[in-house]
Amino acid sequence: MIPGPRFSESQDKIVSVRDLKYTYDGGVQALAGISLDIRQGEYVAIVGGNGSGKTTLAKNIIGLLRPTSGTISIHGKRVVDQKVATIAHLVGYAFQNPDHQLFCSTVMEEVAFGPRNLGYSQDELERRANHALEAMDLLEVRDRPPFSLTLSRRRRVSIASVIAMDPQVLILDEPTTGLDMRESDDLMASIAKLNIEGRTIVLITHDMKLVAKYARRVVVMSEGKIVLDADPAGVFSDLDALLRSKLVPPPVVRLAYRLSSFGVPRDVLSPEELVLRIMMARGEGR
Amino acid sequence: MASDPALVLDDVKFRYPGSDRPALDGVSIGVRKGEFVSVLGANGAGKSTLCLLANGLIPHTVRGDLSGSVRVFGEDIGSKTVAQLSSRVGMVFQEPESQLFCMTVEEEVAFGPENLGIPREEIAERVEWALQLVDMNGYNGRSPFNLSGGQKQRVAIAAALSMRPDMLVLDEPAYALDPVGRIELYKVLRELKEQHGMTVLLAERDAEEASLYSDEIVLLEQGHVVSRGPPSEVLTDPGKLVSLGITPPQISEVSALLRTRLGGEKISFVNVDDAERTIVDEVLSRRSK
Repeated sequence: MIPGPRFSESQDKIVSVRDLKYTYDGGVQALAGISLDIRQGEYVAIVGGNGSGKTTLAKNIIGLLRPTSGTISIHGKRVVDQKVATIAHLVGYAFQNPDHQLFCSTVMEEVAFGPRNLGYSQDELERRANHALEAMDLLEVRDRPPFSLTLSRRRRVSIASVIAMDPQVLILDEPTTGLDMRESDDLMASIAKLNIEGRTIVLITHDMKLVAKYARRVVVMSEGKIVLDADPAGVFSDLDALLRSKLVPPPVVRLAYRLSSFGVPRDVLSPEELVLRIMMARGEGR
Repeated sequence: MASDPALVLDDVKFRYPGSDRPALDGVSIGVRKGEFVSVLGANGAGKSTLCLLANGLIPHTVRGDLSGSVRVFGEDIGSKTVAQLSSRVGMVFQEPESQLFCMTVEEEVAFGPENLGIPREEIAERVEWALQLVDMNGYNGRSPFNLSGGQKQRVAIAAALSMRPDMLVLDEPAYALDPVGRIELYKVLRELKEQHGMTVLLAERDAEEASLYSDEIVLLEQGHVVSRGPPSEVLTDPGKLVSLGITPPQISEVSALLRTRLGGEKISFVNVDDAERTIVDEVLSRRSK
């Protein structure tokens, strides 16, 4: 878990979702009544199995899909009443497949595309693009064509192009899919930095190790509903609800459970923490 | 112990056209019949190339500079066509969508044998058999595209199985599956091995499930084999795996940290069961004199 403030009810709500339902044209109900508040500065993981409704929820929040019923407000204003460009300034969404987002001939063009459409001056455009490229560690490839880059870099470009709009909330849909360990760790470190700088992060994933390491709050979805909403240790402690949601706690959490009768607490999140707790239990057992 | 080889690579080098470095650079490995081998490596380590060689798509369809020998069930891949190899080696790719194209699960699974001109009754038998093996019986009339990711991947495996192959080659088959989908997929593969003697060769970036279900692990780095052995030997050093760009089993990190704290050779485990046993016996229960 990365350091960050704790939140209270009174804190500034950015996104407010109320009883959201969404049914696709074919009749499949993807969201069956979601209520959720996201506050300034949070790092929230939205987790759930394939088909649980995570991506549909994100697309409703950014106004890409219109709710079948229920409301979504951003800073108190309803999403359906606003222009997509206005929403993009508040909430940015990076697709799971970066290639759905990329179409320009250079990385710089790609990242400047969004702000250019908002009519910023050339100076402001460059400032924003450079800031986004720096945040995603892409300055050295700014003149390269996006499609000549590795998947890891293409994903960074797609995230940078969202950051260039300077949204308060950044929704990342499975950002580590297809990345190897090194690429994934580097990307997650860049994202953690954005959060420390004050940006609200919503991480859509089913990788429980990422959740344990980075998220401060975890929203578990299953069949279009929220079944748990707690801190990572709280969520991992509800094994049955997780399994029903097609999720499994990280191996260290499962091991801590097995050792709980020896005085090892169950709320560990990392190998380091588990080993510390085992050593403490060993000391007490003597 | 010694059983017939399913796949033997001897000093294999392969370079894609236009690439400045070889994808495989002197790889020698053998996979025995009935063995479950996982090849682990970072993106670009050569895993997919190895998979494409095992079913003959290299050199028959994918061109490049190939040297060394690749033998599948004793025969050189150069002497066999992809069609001939397809009835011995089934291939499953990362994303099932790239492999599925029929209107129903049944048509999908029947597609391969139909192209071999096999009689209808036998095709029907094979379809039922294959769907049963991947626990997808009853889904015959469903559209593959309305299934979950894990179910789609199991249909893709059934489609490979209906050719009655002796070996399955899977290139990151759990890519994009949720945790329960991953576990179900690996269990199906393990059952195929244990109950049907299937040889399984699988490429992965994450050692978590591979550590539980594989007989042998091959670590690949930039086209070279750096280690080979059972999971309990090859996956015990998380630092080394991380340096290779492989996600270590999380429990191996616990093992390494405890070993550093307490010393001793006895603390070495890579999965939850072994960890529980070792920690209870060696760390928590035993009282010092």
